[in-house]
Amino acid sequence: MASMAKVLGLIFANMHEQTLPELTKARAMASVPFGSKYRLVDFPLSGMVNSGITQVGIITKQNYYSLMNHLGMGSEWDLARKTGGLHILPPYGREGTGIYRGRLEALAGAAEFIRESNAEYVVMADSNVIANMDMRPIVDFHEKNGADITCVYGSVVYPVERATAQTILCVNEDKVVYDVLARPAISGEMNVALNVYVMRRAFLDGLIRESECRSLYSFETDILQHKLHDFKVMGYKYEKYFEIIDSMKTYYKATMDMKNRDISREVFSLDTPIYTKVRDVAPAKYGIDCSVKSSLVADGCIIDGYVENSVLFRGVKVGKGAVIKDSIVMQGAVIEEKATFINAIADKDVTITKNRTITGSADFPVYISKGGIV
Amino acid sequence: MNHIKKECVAMLLAGGQGSRLYALTQDMAKPAVPYGGKYRIIDFPLSNCVNSGIDTVGVLTQYQPMVLNEYIGNGQPWGLDRAHGGVHVLPPYETASGKSWYSGTANAIYQNISFIDRYNPEYVAVLSGDHIYKMNYGKMLDFHKSHNADATIAVLEVPWEEASRFGVMSVDDDDVIYEFAEKPAEPKSNLISMGVYVFTWSKLRKYLIDNENDESATKDFGKNIIPAMLDNKEKMVAYHFDGYWKDVGTIDSLWEANMDVLDPKVPLDLLDDSWKIYSRNPVMPPHYAGPQSRIENSMIAEGCDINGMIDFSVLFAGVTVEEGAIVRDSIIMPNSVIKKGAVIEYAIVGEDCVIGEGAHVGERPELIEDKSQWGVAVIGHRVNVSDKAVAPPKAMISKDI
Repeated sequence: MASMAKVLGLIFANMHEQTLPELTKARAMASVPFGSKYRLVDFPLSGMVNSGITQVGIITKQNYYSLMNHLGMGSEWDLARKTGGLHILPPYGREGTGIYRGRLEALAGAAEFIRESNAEYVVMADSNVIANMDMRPIVDFHEKNGADITCVYGSVVYPVERATAQTILCVNEDKVVYDVLARPAISGEMNVALNVYVMRRAFLDGLIRESECRSLYSFETDILQHKLHDFKVMGYKYEKYFEIIDSMKTYYKATMDMKNRDISREVFSLDTPIYTKVRDVAPAKYGIDCSVKSSLVADGCIIDGYVENSVLFRGVKVGKGAVIKDSIVMQGAVIEEKATFINAIADKDVTITKNRTITGSADFPVYISKGGIV
Repeated sequence: MNHIKKECVAMLLAGGQGSRLYALTQDMAKPAVPYGGKYRIIDFPLSNCVNSGIDTVGVLTQYQPMVLNEYIGNGQPWGLDRAHGGVHVLPPYETASGKSWYSGTANAIYQNISFIDRYNPEYVAVLSGDHIYKMNYGKMLDFHKSHNADATIAVLEVPWEEASRFGVMSVDDDDVIYEFAEKPAEPKSNLISMGVYVFTWSKLRKYLIDNENDESATKDFGKNIIPAMLDNKEKMVAYHFDGYWKDVGTIDSLWEANMDVLDPKVPLDLLDDSWKIYSRNPVMPPHYAGPQSRIENSMIAEGCDINGMIDFSVLFAGVTVEEGAIVRDSIIMPNSVIKKGAVIEYAIVGEDCVIGEGAHVGERPELIEDKSQWGVAVIGHRVNVSDKAVAPPKAMISKDI
């Protein structure tokens, strides 16, 4: 077993924001609220921590205030440490670099942090996958196979519109990646990359140096595609629950998945919990004549209405006679008396006023942006 | 180590057994008893300290301290992990002259004079660790200073018939205390001590030492220190508090205080952002109200998994209530499981219990003819109640049945 103390975790906070423009308008992908009390970064970050990784860098690009606010010093993830711990890496203002264009340029911005760590391996992850991923067997796999790059993938059946948003891997019986398709217009069974990659630190360092002098910036195109046969690139199949969030529709679906008890027990396993920022609020309060069924409810909610098949974040208020169905209601939102909210997503601090009716469909949930009053 | 001077240090008395809570305090001190869906009693005085600007707190422990020690940890949940000051757990210790348990509330502070002296404070707040209330000790300290007092005692007006259960103060028009009686049969006033004191440290220090040298003394604040200061005409004033304050020393009062969080008329707002009650938060997902759940008039914490019926109840984190189970007018502490068809009424179920299928704990008072036989049923922590077993009203169960 590889010693996880020798592994550096890197999380990209801003990748894939174009797939969720509404939710990432005022925040990084990593701080998109999810599942009643979490932010997307909690999933890769907790996975790394539960795997024994004790040094993690979060690579940011823009809109990272809410992310910094969420992560603080990292104490909730037990990463407020004397050595290692959590480091938020803002886009370096080094000469010649600015806001990065792709993963390689982002890594170049963090090169000093990567070089200064004593890690032997680097595990990289993005903030767009919901999973409770154990990184230990992946690092083991990488080590045992003597791979240069290990790509984690999942086996899925996707329609064209999902495949065209993803990187698809072709993996042979020896678990070697022999082809990489970027956003192909295909459908059916395929291996989708979960954007989790393992490399030796020295190898990654070499890639960063080479990319800088050759002006390469996309890890997927310039390395995985163009240099696939120069390196030993292996595929590790992740067999447990995951969902890639690549549209409002998949965000909605993944959220609703958390109400499935089997999925939720796996993703929110008590042995490898998903950690998140603590908010000191009282437990949820249910009033007279309220009814809540098949729903997830966070602390601080005050419920006097009807809630079905929905996910309520912290501090949501549901007025008397209000109806919430098949919806996601984020922190601090208020659904006033007799308002109706069906197949819809309310961002933080939204107010749906008395007697108003908002109805979307499961395929196209209505989205009300942060602080909106309807 | 260089200690920066603090204006006020708080000493929190948390060593009490809380013997009238029986099964609930068998393996934890009273301040560690769960309260209000996610708190432990000690969260209230600790949060009050932080919100009042007191950042140096000594917690005096003695009886069953493990749960409390672990809970307080480095004080981070209350923002008390400070470079200077912060929270310190102070258990009794052995010295060159021998070992000594804390033999009374005054003795407990006496044994920690050196802890207080390190911060060279002007004032010391002595707080009892077993009440539920939100109070700004900073305002009380201002009152103490503006009255040039040697001791300030927080007082609360109670109905006359209840006064004899507490320490009773008689005060003049300027709120100067001229008489104090500990649990008097015939109270002369209905102002009672809340167990919250502010002392000028130089004065208290002297009285603690004198009291320690007096072999006849019981080393107790109410019985010795306060009467001695009164006898010597030290300036002692009463600070009036009119908010919610509840002693949770008995099963009935603990049950009532929990039910109070469900009552919109009770002035204890746990959702008030300007005076947050901090606690060590369990790492759990949100709670899930299942397709069969019927929840009303209740407080439900994160991590719960509910498929039964819940009414007028407080459920702590990680409680499971299976299909067909009924929980009414009850308190279920963290991680307990209520199996299918079990009925819990007017009961307190401790932490990590399993109530078997079809079991019946407690009873509604209207179904009991002889009211003297009725009372809240209690299942102690980590107790298993087997399928179809019955725990009658007033039961105090501390072993599996």
